Amino acid sequence: MAPRPCAVLGVGQTKYKRRRDDVTLDGLVREAALRALEDAGATFDDIDAIVIGKAPDALEGVMMPLLSLCDALGAIGKPIHRVHTAGSVGASTAISAVNLVESGMYDTVLTIAYEKQSEGNATWALSGGKSGGQGAGGTFAPWIRNYIARSQAPEHIGWMVAVKDRLNALKNPYAHLHLPDISIEKVRESPMLWDPLHFLESCPSSDGAAAVVLGNDDIAKKSGRPPAWVISHAKRTEFGQFPGRDTVRPQAGVECSEALYRKAGITNPREQIDCAELYVPFSWYEPMWLEGHLIAEEGEGWKMTDAGDTELGGSFPVNMSGGVLSSNPIGASGMIRCLEAANQVRGTAGEYQVPGAKISIGHAYGGAAQYYAMWMVSSELNPVF
Amino acid sequence: MVSLAEDVAIVAFEQTPSHAHFNDSEPAMIMPCVNSVIEQVGMDRHDIDFTIAGSCDYLSGMPFAFVMNIDAVGAWPPVYESHVEMDGAWALFEGFVRLQSGDIDTVLVSGSGKCSPGSYREGFSLQTDPYVHAPIGLDPRTQAGFQAQALIAAGKATERDFAEVVARSHANAKDNPYAQLSGDLSVEELLAEPYLQQPLRRLDCPPTSDGAAAMIIARADKARELCDNPVWIRAIDHRIDSHHPTLRDLTDSPSVRIAADRVGLHDGPVDIAELTVTYSPEEIILRDALGLNGETTVNPSGGPLTGSPFMAVCLTRVIELARAIRNGDGGRGVAHASSGPALQQNLLCVLEGDS
Repeated sequence: MAPRPCAVLGVGQTKYKRRRDDVTLDGLVREAALRALEDAGATFDDIDAIVIGKAPDALEGVMMPLLSLCDALGAIGKPIHRVHTAGSVGASTAISAVNLVESGMYDTVLTIAYEKQSEGNATWALSGGKSGGQGAGGTFAPWIRNYIARSQAPEHIGWMVAVKDRLNALKNPYAHLHLPDISIEKVRESPMLWDPLHFLESCPSSDGAAAVVLGNDDIAKKSGRPPAWVISHAKRTEFGQFPGRDTVRPQAGVECSEALYRKAGITNPREQIDCAELYVPFSWYEPMWLEGHLIAEEGEGWKMTDAGDTELGGSFPVNMSGGVLSSNPIGASGMIRCLEAANQVRGTAGEYQVPGAKISIGHAYGGAAQYYAMWMVSSELNPVF
Repeated sequence: MVSLAEDVAIVAFEQTPSHAHFNDSEPAMIMPCVNSVIEQVGMDRHDIDFTIAGSCDYLSGMPFAFVMNIDAVGAWPPVYESHVEMDGAWALFEGFVRLQSGDIDTVLVSGSGKCSPGSYREGFSLQTDPYVHAPIGLDPRTQAGFQAQALIAAGKATERDFAEVVARSHANAKDNPYAQLSGDLSVEELLAEPYLQQPLRRLDCPPTSDGAAAMIIARADKARELCDNPVWIRAIDHRIDSHHPTLRDLTDSPSVRIAADRVGLHDGPVDIAELTVTYSPEEIILRDALGLNGETTVNPSGGPLTGSPFMAVCLTRVIELARAIRNGDGGRGVAHASSGPALQQNLLCVLEGDS
């Protein structure tokens, strides 16, 4: 049988900030869940299953936290399932929840992802539990330098992305960073963390949660809310290290987007997709993913950034919400990308709405740029390209 | 009972012995299991459509430990793959759900864990609520003790009943080459042992174990193509109870009752039950909640009391049941998985032989 059609019926986010001292972990996830339910016009009673995701448990020091969070998520007496696929987990979790609906076994599913980075030491955890480790920026910087060498991109591209995403974030009330006076000069003059990444080219460390209510076609038709149909999703994984690995344009990322586009019937992503929320925790990953996910030809991604194509109002807006560069509750960041892509095609993105957006993608990656998860959402169940 | 879009069967399975201490890496435990299941069905590993694993970073003592485990599965060229921070039985659940969409045919499922390098009580106390429970060290063994005491106080069981569960489990394990503990123990000698955590004695609790397990499941047509004796997964479901022991009747398991109803447990005979009895009193609660009577053989493998590699132990219950059905020991049965303190989260999987 064919997969049961699945739609986003509601989304919820917390305010992202450095420290959410005002809530427990339970309070944080419940805040996002209740907002998603309200947006979907639903209550916990309507939910058949819950899928929860976050990055390593060591970030907060709580082992298998679904066990202690199930009460706050209205999960008692229901299935609650936990996904963990490193940094891609937010998007992977959303996709696992879509699988539950597509299976026909569950009609309405609540999915939620979170991180409360202030309760732990993220760089320690991201260094595999080793003190004094290189962290994520230290892992990615050499690959970024390799991208710059290969593509001959000018150094201001990274600064442009850093400014653009922070300006977009000013339109998003949930964004962690609101930097109204951000400028190319400020980015360039900010301290160098991992050459070529300056402080302002890096994501913040955030507390926050994001939630999505998904339903099958019957539920979607009854809900009266604008749906975002999940018309395609894909995941791919490869080894993090081996001789000859292309760390700039990893094959798993290429194959993930190929699978995503093939299933949706997309033949020209640049033209047929209206906008994208890509996982860009460090500025240079915008052009790298434009190429790595086949939106731009190899070596051409930075030219899209340089020409302003990826700005809100450009021909292919990227990270309209402000992206990971403006809010990074790690485990939730991928789900936020998926959720913001849905906002665009539902027409509910507020001040950062891309006019008339019908097709959008949400994306996340993780580990040593080796885990990929992507979904494509559409305002129509069966869009014709 | 939930109606299913696709019939799904187990076509191959493998497990490691339950090791008191496996002196090598976690991928080194998983790899022989994965190689074996692929060989059993004569597939090329690149022809597996989807792979999903269950493991726990905290057991390995390292964030992202699960990333190493893909070495055991193979991820080049890139693979369609996922991971749950849960026992492999929940990876099986997600794999089964994924097959219902009908667009892929095969899923490789694995579960693995090494408990021996760490301290079980320190590690697993982090599984409890971080604000109220974990700071006072309310670890799962303590909660198992509460549960045992509650059973005694309610008149539902005695320490002798616990000892009988232990004696039977160890005796059953004598025929199980994968078991870590086995032997003939008398109830009297068990009751003469000192308390470890009153009213629990040492053998009412599981051994410290390392182990892994893997299986391949497939949609019906593919399953028949891949093997002569598929074991059918008729239903699978999981449910959870409150995390707070004071909000629950510890002598019962409402989540097991819901799951049993959802999987249609009593729509057919229950010849065998492989239950995740991590602490002996749990068997009494589970038998009651599952509505089992004398016609069901419980834990013919010996169960987790005789070998308990967390994160593989529940998937191993499914494997033990599948093996028993293949061996003709029964036609239909239920495998039970559990996670969290005091049987908080429970999964049921109904298997049936090929007929």
